[in-house]
Amino acid sequence: MSEVLLQIDGKAVKAAEGMTVLQAARLAGIAIPTLCDHPKLEPYGVCRICTVEVEVRGRKNYVVSCLYPVAPDLVVRTRSEKVDKIRRVIVEELLAHAPNSPELMNLAQEYGADRDRFEKEPSFCILCGLCVRYCAEIKEKNAVGFIERGARREIRFIPEIAAKECWDCQECFALCPTSAAQAAYFLIEALAFPSARKAASDSA
Amino acid sequence: MPRLHSAAELEELRAGILSGRDPEKPCIAVCAGAACHGLDSGTVVSAFEEQVRKLGLGAKVDIRATGCHGFCEKGPNVVISPGEICYFEVKPEDVPDIVAHTVKGEVLDRLLYTRPDTGQKAVHLDEVPFYKQQTRLLIGDNPRIDPTRIEDYLALGGYAALSKALFEMSPDQVLDEVKKANLRGRGGGGFPAGLKWETAKNAPGEDKYVIVNGHEGEPGAFMDRALFTGNPHKVLEGLIIGAYAIGSHRGFIYTRHDSPQLIKHIEIALAQAEEYGLLGEDILGSGFNLWVELHFDVGIFVSGESSALMRSIEGNPPEPRPKYIRTSVSGIWDKPSNLNNVETWANVPQIISRGAEWYTSIGTERSKGTKLISLSGHVANSGVVEVPMGTPLRTIVYDIGGGVPGGKPAKAVHLGGPMGGSIPERLIDTPLDFDELAKLGAPIGAGGLLVMDDETDMVEVARYLLDFLTNEACGKCVPCREGMRQMLKILTNITKGKGKSGDIGRLEDLSDVTGVACLCALGKTAPDPLRSMLRYFRDEYEARIAGGSDAK
Amino acid sequence: MGDDKIDRIIDKHRGKPGSLIHALMEIQHENHWVPRDVLRRVAEALDVPFSRVLQIATVYKTFSLTPKGRHEVHVCTGMSCHLRGAARLLDAVQRLIGIKPGETDAESRFSLETGSCLGSCSLGPEIIVDGKHHGRMTPAKAEDVLKRYR
Repeated sequence: MSEVLLQIDGKAVKAAEGMTVLQAARLAGIAIPTLCDHPKLEPYGVCRICTVEVEVRGRKNYVVSCLYPVAPDLVVRTRSEKVDKIRRVIVEELLAHAPNSPELMNLAQEYGADRDRFEKEPSFCILCGLCVRYCAEIKEKNAVGFIERGARREIRFIPEIAAKECWDCQECFALCPTSAAQAAYFLIEALAFPSARKAASDSA
Repeated sequence: MPRLHSAAELEELRAGILSGRDPEKPCIAVCAGAACHGLDSGTVVSAFEEQVRKLGLGAKVDIRATGCHGFCEKGPNVVISPGEICYFEVKPEDVPDIVAHTVKGEVLDRLLYTRPDTGQKAVHLDEVPFYKQQTRLLIGDNPRIDPTRIEDYLALGGYAALSKALFEMSPDQVLDEVKKANLRGRGGGGFPAGLKWETAKNAPGEDKYVIVNGHEGEPGAFMDRALFTGNPHKVLEGLIIGAYAIGSHRGFIYTRHDSPQLIKHIEIALAQAEEYGLLGEDILGSGFNLWVELHFDVGIFVSGESSALMRSIEGNPPEPRPKYIRTSVSGIWDKPSNLNNVETWANVPQIISRGAEWYTSIGTERSKGTKLISLSGHVANSGVVEVPMGTPLRTIVYDIGGGVPGGKPAKAVHLGGPMGGSIPERLIDTPLDFDELAKLGAPIGAGGLLVMDDETDMVEVARYLLDFLTNEACGKCVPCREGMRQMLKILTNITKGKGKSGDIGRLEDLSDVTGVACLCALGKTAPDPLRSMLRYFRDEYEARIAGGSDAK
Repeated sequence: MGDDKIDRIIDKHRGKPGSLIHALMEIQHENHWVPRDVLRRVAEALDVPFSRVLQIATVYKTFSLTPKGRHEVHVCTGMSCHLRGAARLLDAVQRLIGIKPGETDAESRFSLETGSCLGSCSLGPEIIVDGKHHGRMTPAKAEDVLKRYR
């Protein structure tokens, strides 16, 4: 695998071909915030908080570092007025759904985000997809998935599968930055298979 | 019908078709395009056919159901040739009179176009104000063609350009001609087609694909469907010429699934072209092969985006890829794929037949040729319009469009749909030009031009366009889903008189971030209409916010 | 529509996860809606996770997860129709039928959809019932038109 030389925040970084800018930054000890990224999962690129500024042949662009491939002589800036504004507004948009999430509150502090900037809608889920992707890629159960599109997109536990799999697993709950995954599971349990847990423990 | 195996055979066939037609024999062409069809022109066609049959006039007059003539507002449209006599708002009850007058070579006065201001009547097509100022290089053939009969297209010179390309030019020469013509994409990107072709041509790999983007999702744009449904062979011919230049042997046509007439006409055209040896194996005996398949979408706006469209052709959900992966290099199944809009392909035959020099004599310095415009909204003469690039918007809206009904003043015009912008009436002399309009924040886009009268609520227009995109977005990425959600909330509140101080600042911040951080172009261009509103109609917004429920 | 037509469609695409959308489109076209148990059978036959099938079925509005009414009413909400008064027309139609877009009324008489743009902007605002265009509508005219459909 050949070596790729690029520049991140003024620092010369040696990365391997095929790496992402995020991976290269981590190698160089440069921290870039993420919400939908996870070491065990394929990068998803939807929270957009890892956005960085890249310069290619004199042209500036804003890309998500978790997906953008390293390239020779790439110039990357992980902080700038624009990058910081992007992160601040994204955090403000997410705080409108989950104002008490510890991860979001930490980011809010770092980027000067105002929790009350936008009108609140207490759905809690920030659609990072960690639960969906973990269940698909690691557990291979696909007990929870996405449904609908646009502003109506949400996670949904599939009763037919969740009734059999989730109570004994629960691994995605710990990944969730806002506790929405647990809530979504318990909602479906109550609606679709309220007696399953009791029946299972009765027969145990 | 034996397959054609040479340029000479094609010309022989053409001569045969023409010699079997009497140019003096009257032909009644009835528009069966989308709007006229919706006004029941199908019944008018049947009435004509029945009347001719009943009176035994088959030898005296032909009836032809055609594609869109263009003057949709005044449909059902009928054009009598020779002479291009135009009748408007034709009903089945008018049929006996029209037939009677036509066989006698007379004009039926009461169905002619009458100018609302002067009462003056127009007899021939080029006297009708709507048509007079147009340059109908692409759409002009529609009234002369039955889209289900390839002979009609051949009679007008169809496929001569293909023959010239295959036998008198090398693929490189064809590519050069298109580059010299500076044909820019008509789907919204305005990117030079020749350069795109060249990238695909030079990309590594044997398998290359050519694609017709017939999706037309921009609300208010209907000219692609009008052209493609009415003259599918013109687009197909352009596609075959392009495939030859690029070195592609497999083509795809992609349309919406909810356009049954278009799908039917394309299927018939593909079958007929293949039957005649103009498509498929060994085209016209040249040794060049091209097979073309038809695909349709699953019913979502984003499938009009190039990379999403290609995913859809693969059978996958139409999800866009980041732009830095160029589809000309890696498209369908990761092979070099050249996608162009319907209108872009339709321009190709004439560029080959008449040359790039002729083509570049039309238009402005950097926007060449003509452009199809779907003119609608608060306009008297809505329909499909074709004008040279550089035509002032004023000409389109007032001279061709007849202005706002009732003579009310226009407040603004909107171009580019949900990814475009509105400009105020005071800028109406701006020429129709890719770059001039992009600079003003109202890019041409696909060519839908919406006229808005003085009572139009510009906050509501921005709200409407965001609402449209909200329903079409996939919802994956935060700056699009949440950015649009908050922008929509704020705009909705303002329209209800519940605007708050700081709203414009919030809208600007949201626009800034959404415009740059989204996964795809749908999100990135979503704030553009709002940006144009804040640029030109800011005081209206400020007044609505300040006035609360007292304003409007 | 009998189960056998659906069975045949599913069999045609069996073992081909890449054909998911085509299979669902064919079922929707034949049956006018896609029941949940059919979605489960499609998932199994095409070897696609059920959650993915549910996602596709709910993301693309072409697929209806509930049975449709006898008549499909479409109110165009394209930009030109909007400027010409489609919002008021939609309000009126919703009041007349008693349902919102995406729904079917209790007697299964009408299903209501909105969307754009059907390419006949000069007829705006319009409602299209069972594919037939009723152009240049007003709320009053809409009432007359809908009355004709039982």
